Amino acid sequence: MLAKRLQGIILMPAPRSAKSNGGGGNDHAAGAPSRAIRMPRRRKADCFGDMSATPRTGAAPLLVVEGVSVRFGGIVALDSISFAVAGGQICGLIGPNGAGKTTLFNCLSRLYRADRGAITFEGRPLLSASKHEIAQCGIARTFQNLALFRTMTVLENVMIGAHCRARGGFFADALALPLTRREEQRIRERAMALIDEFALGAVAGTPAGELPFGTQKRVELARALASEPRLLLLDEPAGGLNHEEVDSLRGEIQAIRDRRGITVLLVEHHMNLVMRVSDQVVALNFGRKIADGPPGEVQQNPDVIRAYLGDAA
Amino acid sequence: MTLANDTPTALSAAAIAQAGSRRLQRLAMGVFCIFALGLPFVASGYHLFQFAQVLIYAIALLGLNILTGYNGQISLGHGAFYAIGGYAMAILATKFDVPYWATIPVSGLICFVAGFLFGLPALRLGGLYLALATFALAVATPQLLNYRGFDAWTGGSQGLQLGKPHAPFALPLTSDQWLYFLCLVCAALMFWAAANLVRGRIGRAIIAIRDHPIAAETMGINISFYKAMCFGVSALYAGVAGALGSIVVGFISPDSFGLFLSLSFLVGIVVGGLASIWGVLFGALFIEFVPNYADQLSDLFGESAKALPGAIYGILLIGLMYLMPTGVAGVIRTAPGLLSRLFSRPKRV
Ligand SMILES: Nc1ncnc2c1ncn2[C@@H]1O[C@H](COP(=O)(O)OP(=O)(O)OP(=O)(O)O)[C@@H](O)[C@H]1O
Ligand SMILES: [Mg+2]
Repeated sequence: MLAKRLQGIILMPAPRSAKSNGGGGNDHAAGAPSRAIRMPRRRKADCFGDMSATPRTGAAPLLVVEGVSVRFGGIVALDSISFAVAGGQICGLIGPNGAGKTTLFNCLSRLYRADRGAITFEGRPLLSASKHEIAQCGIARTFQNLALFRTMTVLENVMIGAHCRARGGFFADALALPLTRREEQRIRERAMALIDEFALGAVAGTPAGELPFGTQKRVELARALASEPRLLLLDEPAGGLNHEEVDSLRGEIQAIRDRRGITVLLVEHHMNLVMRVSDQVVALNFGRKIADGPPGEVQQNPDVIRAYLGDAA
Repeated sequence: MTLANDTPTALSAAAIAQAGSRRLQRLAMGVFCIFALGLPFVASGYHLFQFAQVLIYAIALLGLNILTGYNGQISLGHGAFYAIGGYAMAILATKFDVPYWATIPVSGLICFVAGFLFGLPALRLGGLYLALATFALAVATPQLLNYRGFDAWTGGSQGLQLGKPHAPFALPLTSDQWLYFLCLVCAALMFWAAANLVRGRIGRAIIAIRDHPIAAETMGINISFYKAMCFGVSALYAGVAGALGSIVVGFISPDSFGLFLSLSFLVGIVVGGLASIWGVLFGALFIEFVPNYADQLSDLFGESAKALPGAIYGILLIGLMYLMPTGVAGVIRTAPGLLSRLFSRPKRV
């Protein structure tokens, strides 16, 4: 394991050049907190607004994390973490086990409460939103340890992903009003399109819990995309995948950004993957940020190398 | 269409199995409709009353199954909502002269509000604690109904006597037949609504909360609201059932709403099959008829077997759970697949 990571760090491929979407590609400094740029969207717009995949220019930070701290009893899981991710970027988040990567994701999903700090998404303060409002805000995620609805079919899982993008309530559904039928049809079509895209057609009617691990990971990805996010959080999407699956995952992640214009925050131990797809890499260790910049720089950062190799380096 | 990239054999086998099970489903539905509509002209008196009671129980079980089977919240106290529905009906009819048919939706709404309000604080309770809280509800309700202070409304331990309604519009039906049809129409409506609810977007959210609450919340589902709504909706079902129960029995007293009723509801949904709409019919048949048959069976053993009906009921229940751990619905769900697999073995690729 360690050897593999070492190899990842030392023999890493050439970092990607700046992306076509705006000059801010690797220029993370341009994304210094400037909340005034994007006005908070109204909820209505969040629900039904135009989600067209126009790539964002790299200038405006989509996500700003400022001084976020989380502690569990005596453990400081996150210690005043600050960074910003520009729209249309793929930002890698790396660090050894227990560094606090998942904890940070959980703060973004509001599953954990940040003890201090602020998180701003599209100019909106995120920490005052409730857990169930995050999806509607435009943030979707996958989980490190799969979190599918196991008794539900793949199609239903993906349709649940689109829950926050459809209308209807208990009584409209119980009475099968025309509105709910239209919405159901729309969600189903979108889910089927995603299922095709991720080659899940053959298992669309299978309960998710019965599928092999790698397939379940793809279902989770499709489910996350069904909510039409503008920021996608991927927690170790390559974990447990074989070589070919990782290769196709890399293509999928790039396509998510390039074709849909979705900004991606990627937690991954697979160094090769992170360094190849990321425009920006943030490295954590023991809850602290130890590096932040283009993959090439972060890789050479002595603190990062020490974090991965221990004191021996 | 979208399944185009499947292997053709797998697809066609699945499609055949699905079409087969759909045809079986339609057949079963047809047989059931003929049976349900023809029954009042064959069965009479007490038997017809029993089948009306089956339909009423089925409505209550449907509500409990939405809460417990689909949403994963356990309730040992649904007899309480059944009682509230029954008393709401009786009080509205006797004290306010509301026509009996109009009391049904009103009782349902009263129970919806009661259930929603009970569900809100119950949100904090999971698993066993929720079971205890609802258990307390089931224990407290009959005593509250007996309470002297409410005598003017509830009639205390004497209960309330209701007249037996006759068929309207000069329909050529006896009172028993009419009441049966009233229950049948209500049950059909409630089944239709429940089936709509669980297969749509809201139903998916309800099941998602049961399967993985954290992921459900991350998908944008407001868990607290949905859970409280499930409580409300299931109480509404119990309330409608309770109101129909009062109408059909023509009498109401606290004794009919003991703990055994609440537990019977739970038995009913497990026997019928958790998270199943049609299964509750079998659950309702079970809780209506099996205790009766257990009584009759124990009579065969003579005087010395006074304690046996409970034991026979228990043994039957245990046996059933061993034979069909997923309830009747589980057996029915797997049966068509088994049959079609037996008759048309898909070739290995
Ligand atoms: N719910 C929790 N309760 C207590 N401690 C927690 C909790 N969640 C995380 N921690 C602790 O916080 C620290 C950071 O954990 P986290 O899961 O964020 O690490 P990670 O970077 O995701 O690691 P990995 O690469 O192994 O997934 C660890 O020390 C962990 O034990
Ligand atoms: Mg983690």
